[in-house]
Amino acid sequence: MSLFLIVALPFLGALLPGLMNSAGRSACAGVTFTVTLAALVGLLTNLPAVLAGDVVTAGVDWLPMLGMNFNLMLDGLGFFFAALILGIGLLIITYGRFYLSRDDNMGEFFTYLLLFQGAMVGIVMSDNILLLLVFWELTSLSSFLLIGYWKHLPEGRAGARMALTVTGMGGLAMIGGMLILGQIVGSYDLSVILQNREMIQASPLYLPALILILLGCFTKSAQFPFHFWLPHAMAAPTPVSAYLHSATMVKAGIFLMARMWPVLSGTPEWFMIVTTAGLITMVLGAVIALFKHDLKALLAFSTVSHLGLITMLLGTGTAFGAMAAVFHILNHATFKAALFMSAGIIDHEAHTRDIRRLGGLRHLMPITFVMATLAALSMAGIPYLNGFLSKEMMLEEATHTVLFNTAWLVPALAVVGSLFSAAYCFRLISHTFLGPKRDDYPAHPHDPPFGMWGPPALLVVLVVLIGCLPFLAEPLVRMVTAAVLGGAAEMPHAHLKIWHGLTPALYMSIAAVGGGLLVLMFFRPLLRVWDAAPRPEAKVIFEAVIAAAVAVARWVIHGLHNGAFTRYAAIMVVTVVALGYHGWRTGMVGPATRTMQAAGAIEIAGWAMLVAATLGLVFLHRNRLLSLILIAIVGLMVSVGFVVFSAPDLAMTQLTVEVVTIILLLLALNFLPNRTPIESTVLRRMRDVVVALGGGVTAALMSWHFLLRDTVAPSISEFHLANSYKGGGGTNVVNVILVDFRGFDTFGEIIVLGIAALLIYALTETLLDGPVRARLLNRKPDQPRAGDMHPMMMVVLTRVIMPVVLMVGFYIFLRGHNEPGGGFIAGLIVSVGVVMQYMASGFSWATARQRYPYHGIIGAGVLVAGLTGIGSWFVGKPFLTSDHTYVRIPPFHEVELATAALFDLGVFLAVVGAVMLSLESFSRLARRAHVPDTEHAMDIDPSRDPADPVNPKLEGGL
Amino acid sequence: MEFLVASAIGVMTAGGLYLVLRLRTFPVIMGMSLLTYAVNVFLFASGRLTIGAPPILMDAERYTDPLPQALVLTAIVISFGMTAVVVMIALGAYLGADDDHVDDPAPAKDGSEGAA
Repeated sequence: MSLFLIVALPFLGALLPGLMNSAGRSACAGVTFTVTLAALVGLLTNLPAVLAGDVVTAGVDWLPMLGMNFNLMLDGLGFFFAALILGIGLLIITYGRFYLSRDDNMGEFFTYLLLFQGAMVGIVMSDNILLLLVFWELTSLSSFLLIGYWKHLPEGRAGARMALTVTGMGGLAMIGGMLILGQIVGSYDLSVILQNREMIQASPLYLPALILILLGCFTKSAQFPFHFWLPHAMAAPTPVSAYLHSATMVKAGIFLMARMWPVLSGTPEWFMIVTTAGLITMVLGAVIALFKHDLKALLAFSTVSHLGLITMLLGTGTAFGAMAAVFHILNHATFKAALFMSAGIIDHEAHTRDIRRLGGLRHLMPITFVMATLAALSMAGIPYLNGFLSKEMMLEEATHTVLFNTAWLVPALAVVGSLFSAAYCFRLISHTFLGPKRDDYPAHPHDPPFGMWGPPALLVVLVVLIGCLPFLAEPLVRMVTAAVLGGAAEMPHAHLKIWHGLTPALYMSIAAVGGGLLVLMFFRPLLRVWDAAPRPEAKVIFEAVIAAAVAVARWVIHGLHNGAFTRYAAIMVVTVVALGYHGWRTGMVGPATRTMQAAGAIEIAGWAMLVAATLGLVFLHRNRLLSLILIAIVGLMVSVGFVVFSAPDLAMTQLTVEVVTIILLLLALNFLPNRTPIESTVLRRMRDVVVALGGGVTAALMSWHFLLRDTVAPSISEFHLANSYKGGGGTNVVNVILVDFRGFDTFGEIIVLGIAALLIYALTETLLDGPVRARLLNRKPDQPRAGDMHPMMMVVLTRVIMPVVLMVGFYIFLRGHNEPGGGFIAGLIVSVGVVMQYMASGFSWATARQRYPYHGIIGAGVLVAGLTGIGSWFVGKPFLTSDHTYVRIPPFHEVELATAALFDLGVFLAVVGAVMLSLESFSRLARRAHVPDTEHAMDIDPSRDPADPVNPKLEGGL
Repeated sequence: MEFLVASAIGVMTAGGLYLVLRLRTFPVIMGMSLLTYAVNVFLFASGRLTIGAPPILMDAERYTDPLPQALVLTAIVISFGMTAVVVMIALGAYLGADDDHVDDPAPAKDGSEGAA
């Protein structure tokens, strides 16, 4: 099966459990099981190739410019991990089906589980380190969801947050490390990176990259000093603990260290950091685990300890160490998952995981007793169980490892770690299962149904099988080890076997087991010492660090972002002016190349009106109605300016936009206070004047300077002028640019305009649905209303003029391609015509005659424009390629028919729809406010019977 | 001519900035409209000022720069949409809270969520 499909299956399958939720719990688990099984079978179809030593690859380019490609590869190491993930996944799914209660949402659980599974499979199969990072972060996120699955438990939520914070920070560090690594090699493909050991280790950036990548690995695999999150993640449901926190996710860091082993290991830095961290973690985890009373906490710390062991083995940098690490990964996954599931069974049946409240369970739960005991003894390192074999190899490796120039340090610590490891295993067995039967269990414990004990039992069978017949596992271990080593080291000659002779490792093993029994005998006095001894609580430190970070963030944010928007605006203006000044001082200004053009009296008069209106607006802005009139003058003068400077299209657009803007503001002002009160102090106003003048002077000086100089590089406008007629078939270059050269821009712009209008509509709806509605209905106008709301003169005039307006719009639209005009302007003109009807004849009257909703018109416009663009695909041209021809319909002028005109029609419709929807929304607010709104167009209609205003006799005639 | 345009841009910018720094929504909207004019004219002026030269292909000796015109044309229409949205938000805030202040009230001294 293709590698793509193997990775994609869990992700695609994640859609199914949610759908199957209503079909029952078994169906839900069944579909999850099937998906996982399919992925596993797909993986196994690649086994022959992997066994033959090939590396199966599959890839597509994703973002080749960034070196980010969707490349997957499958070698021995990846196969081993993927098989672990999917195989144990199958057991966990079966177990989870029976573990979760009826109250738990099973679809949600299995969806998260499959997401996690897909991300893990993605990690182990990625051939691109950037892709690997994506999957890496996905595991952090999905494990967050899984740990916090029981949302009602506060410790579950806290544990999930802590795990996400720690692994997320590690992931962040790792991104940096991976990017450095990619920079060193010049490729982000693992297969390339793995070939460049010398280049990487010789680089001065080797150490930073190493540290950053190891930070990612250590946080994920809970190595000291980041080990503390794992025990808190135990608030998760037990299937999650067994899956994520023993077999898979915490092994992701180990996997990455193994993956990178050929290029990163073997240096003193690698040896020092990895071995030391691993050793400390191993001993610390084992010691803490001994004194934990919660079964899952004990197992969590034992996991921390064993991960430390594997890390230490990888850290030694020898081929034998790597082989031992691989073997221990396999063994640990089997016995630890079985132990976690057993702990879950005890919790499920006895309703407690507290060892102090358990004991004597061997009579009540014989099956669980046998399974847990075998798995625990394997973990303790008892012969004929698989844990013994890899532990022997670890001890053997430890005797050859010299740290800090002290030959005895590593072996001694390894023995201490193994001793405590044996001790907590013995404690687990004796305090939970042995001893007399008690009568105060919270519930009556008994063995669970087969679905729950079957999966761990299968693992225990493996534990015994590998333990007795280690040569069965040897081919697998050798294949994986070969993949880990790459070309960096020779394959070790050692074989997996039970009896190696009277080696130092055997004596150390005996010492560890004997010492473990001794520690168990003296457990009570030791516990008293432990409880009395002061020790740092990682959770408290973590929370203090988080609280400090939050305090700093709050201080910074509240200091800078205190809700005073005017202050932000002032800061922005000052910053921009300062930056501009800096550029001015450090840059160069060439001599003026253009001469000033003479200004006539009319231009000066227009300028004076603009300046006067602006100043008037500033000084009189407290009178809001007056300021509307003044701003209209400014807009008018700007339009006139466009006329003077040869921009007829702009002048027409500005003029029509001006009309609708003022109507809009008038509608708004209907509700807002009519005056702005004086609130700011004189000092503040002075400050604002200084800021504003600074900004104004800067803008003026900059405009002044560039207006007197030609462009440094020739403008692309020449191209547009030259090709407007030839390519676009129109002589109005501005319009051709809009609908042809830069049609894609325009397409985006009408969409934005439509979105803005819909936003206004949505806001209006929200307002009218909420408490504002009552407020509007009760509102009294603060100014006297006009006695004649719909004067007859105006109604008649607007109706007479309506066809003319539409005609003008049509004309402007048609000629737009060759003369000033086009869809934008025509749309605005038609909108103004329609708005006049609203104003003159009233909202109800106009709405009653409206045939299509404005939303639909916006949609039609965008659709027409888009389909026009798509049309060019059918003739094999890129999106929005235009074509044109000229036709002459006899009584009219020669008319050009261009696809661009169709596009312009879309623009026209979108503009009409957007403008009208905005204005209509505003007036709907007004309509709620002043209820008396008749459906009659005129207040005094001569054709209506004045005696009976409700039943006009000539209504049908209008 | 150049001086007139440059100074007009400056005056509109200064006036717009002053109004944007006011405390109530309506003057801020006015200020943003002024700034919109200033920015549009500024962008338009980046094509340099040309008098009596059409952007329409005909038998003219020289043409004005059509590109800034096309850009500004859409900017004018979009700015209408933007103004309308801002006005709607201001209106909604005023109708909802009976308050047309731009700034949030000052947060309480004890650092609690008073600003919200």
